[in-house]
Amino acid sequence: MRNVASLVFTAGIAFLFLVIAAELGVGDTERAIGGQILAAAPDEIGATNIVTAVLLGYRGIDTLGELSILFAAATAAGLVLGRRPGPACQDPAGGFILRTGADLLFPLLVVVGLYIIVHGHLTPGGGFQGGVILAAAFFVPVLARPTKSLNHTAIAVIEGLAGAAFISIGIWALVDTGDFLRQLLGKGVMGEVLSAGTLPLLSTAVGLKVGAELAGLMQAIADSEAAD
Amino acid sequence: MTWDLMSSLALVVVVVVLVSAILVLTLDNLIGAVAVSSVVSLGVSVLFVLLHAPDVAMTEAAVGTGLSGVVLALGLRRLGLWRLEGDRGERRDLAPENLPSPVQPTNRRLQPKGDAGA
Repeated sequence: MRNVASLVFTAGIAFLFLVIAAELGVGDTERAIGGQILAAAPDEIGATNIVTAVLLGYRGIDTLGELSILFAAATAAGLVLGRRPGPACQDPAGGFILRTGADLLFPLLVVVGLYIIVHGHLTPGGGFQGGVILAAAFFVPVLARPTKSLNHTAIAVIEGLAGAAFISIGIWALVDTGDFLRQLLGKGVMGEVLSAGTLPLLSTAVGLKVGAELAGLMQAIADSEAAD
Repeated sequence: MTWDLMSSLALVVVVVVLVSAILVLTLDNLIGAVAVSSVVSLGVSVLFVLLHAPDVAMTEAAVGTGLSGVVLALGLRRLGLWRLEGDRGERRDLAPENLPSPVQPTNRRLQPKGDAGA
């Protein structure tokens, strides 16, 4: 029975890929699009960082795809690692220097991560980079004190809300303008924090989602039973 | 002048990255190998900065240097390979009576074949 189900599933996937491959206009790629985006992005999107303008303004649905891939990977890792057995062996606590260093690093890393997320449309960086730094900020204290751990419920709530916010902004744009994830709210003054329309909101959603995702992933690995 | 400075800096970084990449494969200490693999990513992120790709450099520095190092280190711990230099005496395969000849237990290649990497 399971073999039949797998066979049907594989055939379905193969059919899907074949249909997509048949629909693709192979060889008709518009190769000049990069130059056109570079020329048009500052006026159309209003972001000084062209990379974020492409990632969230022109290719927002690709970013959504990346988020889903990350979500699938983190979910799979959580499934494989499983829950922590109650009497599992725990790492010894870090020494004084490690604990003090972790306490000192935590606020700095949080500020840097939030700065990179919020200024994603102005300076290099954006949701992904800032999110990884946020995840590191919240995980460093756990490394220093292995008995403490991050709150899985809080992580799941933040992650779900951020992902829902990203899609809601996209659907809002779909209702408002007819295009999914189209930029809304006007461009504003280029170079200010509150500019480039919905890009800062999308960047914040991506940052929180990536940060919560990776912090949860590292916590899941750290929670798994130590071998000795 | 600036070009010379940049290219010599890039050359130094490339040499560091190559040496670190070879060390990842040859180091016996697995924790050291994880640390050196982070050095590879750090060098690559410096190269990205020199190539005027700061966004990619930040991603490489955050994910390659920080995150993957932590994940690899946690993986080592989960697999029971997290051993510092001082812990060697606890390993049965490195205990003096299990070694073929009175060699120093510093090189994994000197151990009996069956126990390698246990």
